[in-house]
Amino acid sequence: MFNADTWLPPEASLDQCIKCNICVSYCPVAEATDFFPGPKYAGPQAQRFRMAGQPAPDLSVDYCSGCRVCNEVCPNDVNIMEMNARARAALVAEKGIPLRNRLLGRNELMGKVGSHAPRLANFALHNPVSRVAADAIFGIAKEAPLPRWSTTGTFVDWWEKHYPHRLISDKKVVYFHGCATMYYEPFIGKAAVAVLEHMGYEVIVPPQNCCGLPMLSNGEFKAAGKLYDNNLRKLGPLAAEGYDIVGTSTSCTLTLKEEAPHLLDRHDETTQALTHAVWDIFEWIREHEDELPRDFIQMEMVIPYHPPCQYRAHRVGRPSMDVLALIPGVEVHESHARCCGIAGTYGYKKEKYDIAMKVGQELFSFILEEEEHHHTEFNACDSETCRWQIEHGTGQESRHPIEILAAAYGLYDLETRTTL
Amino acid sequence: MRMLETEVLVIGGGVTGVGVAWDAALRGFDVILVERRDLAHGTSGRFHGLLHSGGRYVVKDPVSARECIHENRILRRTHAHCIEDTGGFFVVTPEDEDSDYPDRFVQACAETGVPCEEMAVAQALRREPRLNPRISRVFRVPDASVDGFQLTHATAQAARQAGARIFTYHQVTDLLVAGGEGDVRVVGARVFDAVRAEEMEIRAAMVINAAGAWAGRIAGMVGSRVDIVPGKGVMIATAHRLVNTVINRCKWPSDGDILVPAHTVSIIGTTDVPVADPEDLRIEEWEIRKMLAEGEKLIPGFAHTRILRAWAGVRPLYRESAVTDDRDISRKFTLLDHQERDGVAGFITITGGKLTTFRMMAEKTVDRAAAHLGSRKPCITAETPVPGAEHGPYWLGHRLREVEDGRLQNQLICECELVTRGMLENAARLNPTVTLDDLRRDVRLGMGPCQGGFCTYRAVGVIHELKLGHGVTPDTEGSDWRVADLQSPAGNPGRGRPPVSAPEPASSLADHLYDPNLLLRDFLQERWKGVVPIVWGQQLKQEQLDRLIYLSIMNADHLPDAGLKSPLSDFYGVDVTPNDVLEEPHD
Ligand SMILES: Cc1cc2nc3c(=O)[nH]c(=O)nc-3n(C[C@H](O)[C@H](O)[C@H](O)COP(=O)(O)OP(=O)(O)OC[C@H]3O[C@@H](n4cnc5c(N)ncnc54)[C@H](O)[C@@H]3O)c2cc1C
Repeated sequence: MFNADTWLPPEASLDQCIKCNICVSYCPVAEATDFFPGPKYAGPQAQRFRMAGQPAPDLSVDYCSGCRVCNEVCPNDVNIMEMNARARAALVAEKGIPLRNRLLGRNELMGKVGSHAPRLANFALHNPVSRVAADAIFGIAKEAPLPRWSTTGTFVDWWEKHYPHRLISDKKVVYFHGCATMYYEPFIGKAAVAVLEHMGYEVIVPPQNCCGLPMLSNGEFKAAGKLYDNNLRKLGPLAAEGYDIVGTSTSCTLTLKEEAPHLLDRHDETTQALTHAVWDIFEWIREHEDELPRDFIQMEMVIPYHPPCQYRAHRVGRPSMDVLALIPGVEVHESHARCCGIAGTYGYKKEKYDIAMKVGQELFSFILEEEEHHHTEFNACDSETCRWQIEHGTGQESRHPIEILAAAYGLYDLETRTTL
Repeated sequence: MRMLETEVLVIGGGVTGVGVAWDAALRGFDVILVERRDLAHGTSGRFHGLLHSGGRYVVKDPVSARECIHENRILRRTHAHCIEDTGGFFVVTPEDEDSDYPDRFVQACAETGVPCEEMAVAQALRREPRLNPRISRVFRVPDASVDGFQLTHATAQAARQAGARIFTYHQVTDLLVAGGEGDVRVVGARVFDAVRAEEMEIRAAMVINAAGAWAGRIAGMVGSRVDIVPGKGVMIATAHRLVNTVINRCKWPSDGDILVPAHTVSIIGTTDVPVADPEDLRIEEWEIRKMLAEGEKLIPGFAHTRILRAWAGVRPLYRESAVTDDRDISRKFTLLDHQERDGVAGFITITGGKLTTFRMMAEKTVDRAAAHLGSRKPCITAETPVPGAEHGPYWLGHRLREVEDGRLQNQLICECELVTRGMLENAARLNPTVTLDDLRRDVRLGMGPCQGGFCTYRAVGVIHELKLGHGVTPDTEGSDWRVADLQSPAGNPGRGRPPVSAPEPASSLADHLYDPNLLLRDFLQERWKGVVPIVWGQQLKQEQLDRLIYLSIMNADHLPDAGLKSPLSDFYGVDVTPNDVLEEPHD
């Protein structure tokens, strides 16, 4: 539990650094570009030269993708990524934020606007001319894998239709869909609801908004704070009542659970309750494994699986792999690659696109080798931007593990991404 | 034997000595300064780092307080780049609440002219979030943080530019005396050049003894009795800054009651223990415990933060025996004109005081010397900025900013303190360098959390490539050295790799001084010495790694040339003789 007397800001963890260089040798970004001198340098070392109220002394921290591989490998629990995120926020506070990063930080707004006329929006965004223009004007890499708006309505559009037919039960669970499911991939949410109901749970979908991560990672802490507070108002009471809140986007759940409170210094009681109530969906399913029906269909498939960086940052092992392994005939092969490169909004930035693709290479090669050896049709990954990047980098379609689980119950068609 | 002649010979390359050399040279005197080790190797490089506002002395010693605030204002101009304008707080902690000291403090500040302003506790906490939230009052004063290495180097360079010659690793072994009974006159000194391993004589019309805590020994060479009781003070540095403002306890000055932000660390200090020998810099366990306990009163959690290092310096505490000292000079530093005091002409001792008041001490000293030598010009040091002052005040991020702007990340030798290869090479080539520790004082090599773990072997390689000692000797007078840019990554562009060829045989000068194994061993020993007293927790983990690097991977304790010694090898060794503290610790 949070204790105000012993709590120290993430920066204070710099004292745990013994300069061992393990983070440097794992950092996929430092390996891909000279513009990023590495996590040790940008994190605990540079931190000793930063001081509130003085000009931000560094620039290269902007090249940190925020993938958290450093945090994961650090033997001494240094919060390197958080340090970098805060330094970036200081940089943004001082130098202002480029319009491009503002756009990328406002994916919820983009989602909302586009969903009014998704076909038009898809055309407007995805035709080669506008991609070139966006590249030149805003610095959004023209090749980068931007998502497409759902042309069959948003997730909530569907939920409202489903609501009267939903499973009513004493066992209840709250679902946090996040922006990507809302506007681009409602089928992920449908698969999640299908599985949760199959487990005998009544699903609650409360009003909610963007978790704030895109803004946090672009250094817009103030705006991210507003989003967090809004969510706190909407979800906090449910958390306080003891409901679990599950999400299908590993980055949203990480943000609600830990990242936003850490970076924004929120430690009040409601925040505490919320951080304890939020689960990634597979983390939660694995915890409730005894309630998981075993009426699986025999699947006979090899699935190359990449645990996204943000998922690894949850420090819960590999729950999706653990659960998918229960499906008869399914063989999950873990990628062991460090990062797909996209890191949220990083790989969309023109000057970082090449770096992101280079970083993703080890993952892409793994997926392609798997395809060659096992004739795989899909790979799996829990995080939406990672899936888009993997598809972009390999040409192979990527699925959320919840889609695979839903399919294993015969509730979902993996090919067409529709519930049955 | 080499012989040199000059008007003024200054003994001691601490801040007082270089101040005297600077002032005297500016007044047109011909000056030589000799320092037995490196500049600032003595107390000036082992102090607390506080540019006093005078606040600490307002109640106890108003004269000192007045001197401090006067000099504080001057040094901010003349030595701007050596000073960070941190400001200072005097805080009333719960331990000190039932005392009338705070009110006396406010009163005394007004009387001595030390600007002091009470501020709201909440406002102070906003500025310094780690500060003890239970403090009841806060006063703001113009304290600042000052870098003693930089200040000494910059002043020395200013002296050189005014014509002074400065010889480091030159130890005075005896004073040369003329005349006899009743008409004794000091006419110079016998000096041992530790780099060339040869004796020399320097003749001078006036010899100024600025040997700090060693001043009594120098005076003793002509039978003048100067009783100096070295007062040892211990300080410890945290691994990163806990505060950005100087924090003083608002109480009668005592042990461990000041926390100073200095470069990348915070330093708490000090103790004050009379010792028999100014070389006795051993640190006792109680001293560390005391610093941690006192630190905890200012910063909750202090006792559990990572401590980087502990070190000690010695104050020259002067005890006047029979003769009274000069009246118009503060009791707080000691200026002895030995002609008046004990009939030894041509000889002046200046000792005591503070780093903050060094310029004033130098001024009074040279005034006195000039009276004997026939005065030339008035003192102009208060209006003369030293090289580097043009860069303006120090700020914490400057190195990082320069490394980032110049994309010098791959040039880093010391990653913790952001020392680039260019900085290291220029310091090694252009400034007399005998050990890596000299380079530490120049550019802060090895002063960060890993305490030399990753930079020692790199620095040794860089020095080896420079081939110092193999036909290439460092310019021992240091006059080409751009001291103004000493600490600047951008100001020291690398020269690229020198062509690799077999080293020439060592010249007879300095034969083995630059032997890489010796450099490595000396520096490791020096760094480890300061870590031993605080080796627990995170620093212990660090030292485990450093141990693996040097003792396991590099086998540094079995390197060849084990018999080689530098002039400092013995000093770096751990002293195992029984301790002879003059007085028992007071608690
Ligand atoms: C623990 C501690 C903390 C302090 N904190 C502060 C502070 O925060 N602020 C402040 O203003 N002041 C502070 N002081 C005081 C200040 O550091 C000293 O007053 C000042 O550094 C003294 O400088 P110096 O040049 O007189 O002596 P030193 O720096 O000791 O210089 C004397 C030099 O003489 C050399 N020498 C000795 N014998 C010979 C010889 N035979 N031949 C040639 N050279 C010789 C020595 O090697 C030495 O380098 C502190 C002092 C101590 C001990």
